[in-house]
Amino acid sequence: MTKVTLTVNGRSLSGEAEGRTLLSSFLREELGLTGTHVGCDTSQCGACVVHVDGLAVKSCTVLAQDVDGASVTTIEGMANADGSLATIQQAFQDHHGLQCGFCTPGMVMSAAALLKDNPKPTEAEVRHHLEGNICRCTGYHNIVKAVMAASGQDVSGVGIAAE
Amino acid sequence: MYNFDFVKPASVADAVAALAGEEAQPLSGGMTLLPSMKQRLNAPATLVSLTGIDALKGVCREGNMLVIGAATPHAVVAKEAAADYPALAALAGQIGDPMVRNRGTIGGSLANNDPSACYPSATLASGATIVTNTREIAADDFFQGMFSTALHEGEIITAVKFPIPEKAAYAKFMQPASRFALTGAFVAKYADGVRVAITGASEGGVFRWSEGEAALSSNFSAEALNGLSASADGMIGDLHGTPDYRAHLVGVMTRRAVAAAH
Ligand SMILES: Cc1cc2nc3c(=O)[nH]c(=O)nc-3n(C[C@H](O)[C@H](O)[C@H](O)COP(=O)(O)OP(=O)(O)OC[C@H]3O[C@@H](n4cnc5c(N)ncnc54)[C@H](O)[C@@H]3O)c2cc1C
Ligand code: FES
Ligand code: FES
Repeated sequence: MTKVTLTVNGRSLSGEAEGRTLLSSFLREELGLTGTHVGCDTSQCGACVVHVDGLAVKSCTVLAQDVDGASVTTIEGMANADGSLATIQQAFQDHHGLQCGFCTPGMVMSAAALLKDNPKPTEAEVRHHLEGNICRCTGYHNIVKAVMAASGQDVSGVGIAAE
Repeated sequence: MYNFDFVKPASVADAVAALAGEEAQPLSGGMTLLPSMKQRLNAPATLVSLTGIDALKGVCREGNMLVIGAATPHAVVAKEAAADYPALAALAGQIGDPMVRNRGTIGGSLANNDPSACYPSATLASGATIVTNTREIAADDFFQGMFSTALHEGEIITAVKFPIPEKAAYAKFMQPASRFALTGAFVAKYADGVRVAITGASEGGVFRWSEGEAALSSNFSAEALNGLSASADGMIGDLHGTPDYRAHLVGVMTRRAVAAAH
């Protein structure tokens, strides 16, 4: 076991990791942050997306020891300081961008990464960006709507071109 | 996944030294290696991370060459190669998804030589040079069939040098579930001729389509390929496409790449 220290959502946290400990397991089991979900554990679904030093990654395919010292943002770090939902999270609620909610942490983290680089994405850009995030429930249109709404754009036409 | 020792050296020399140990293997982005270890297809005793070695990262122009560090992630190539070699940047920007592009690296992709991977096509079509800790290997000698390369045990790729073409493009017929290439064609036009490399199609991995190259070297237009078709012998057949289908795609994707080349 080796000690790994991360700055998670602004707080310095440490825990023990084996060579094989994945960042997803480290966050969930060692640090108790279970908002990061593990859907496939095969790098396909994106439920496990977190930001490492500002970049979105699939935490099921990153070794905890490989990112020792990094700054990590998880879904637990997304809400506003007063506990209210962040704009993206609120948009998912308003636009019914989730049903069971299992994929939602990864969707929100992926969407946040997109909006940081591209504050007003087109619908096509949102769909392209979310290629690595799989949702078994909602059928994507409402997720895309939520991301467009979070960027302050009109969403009345979203999904029409795609249908 | 079986457990292993993890080391993260800061220099190429230290990485090479660590790789001399029993059953040690380099880890770059981990986007291929870690899933294969989870499936227990691979069980190294030591993983030597290359992600802490600054000398292996970055994109830089040297005369008419674009030199890319082996541990440079796809997302960085997509951005930083855009001005000098736009077709290569576009290829990098179509690999997998944004999270895969933030971790996966060019060195890992070339060392792995997946028969459906994107980078081997650009590397072979550009006549690039693969630089390792001990030597330089021409792309024509580097790829030695599916998942097989000229790399020796413990040898690591440090950089890839791409001669910048006059015109080039990559056309990828995406396999929608894996997002790899069902068949992809990279076409690059140089002063002394045109090179065409095909990925995703052959049982032998990436290959140069010589008939296509000859036709395009005398007339660089999609029409020059009319009447030419690749043979289905040795093409991959699986539930996504028959050998005939892939052979047909060789022509189609090469035409599309020529039409898109700039
Ligand atoms: C969901 C998903 C979609 C993908 N889609 C595509 C796609 O569309 N097109 C595509 O081309 N690829 C795709 N990939 C693969 C991706 O590009 C990988 O990043 C790449 O194949 C391997 O690079 P890596 O840096 O992750 O290597 P790793 O997984 O770390 O290593 C791969 C192999 O290379 C060896 N290695 C790594 N670096 C070096 C080095 N410098 N010298 C010598 N050996 C080395 C390792 O030991 C290992 O055997 C996808 C992957 C995933 C998970
Ligand atoms: S759990 Fe990481 S991609 Fe599915
Ligand atoms: S809301 Fe259920 S998986 Fe997306």
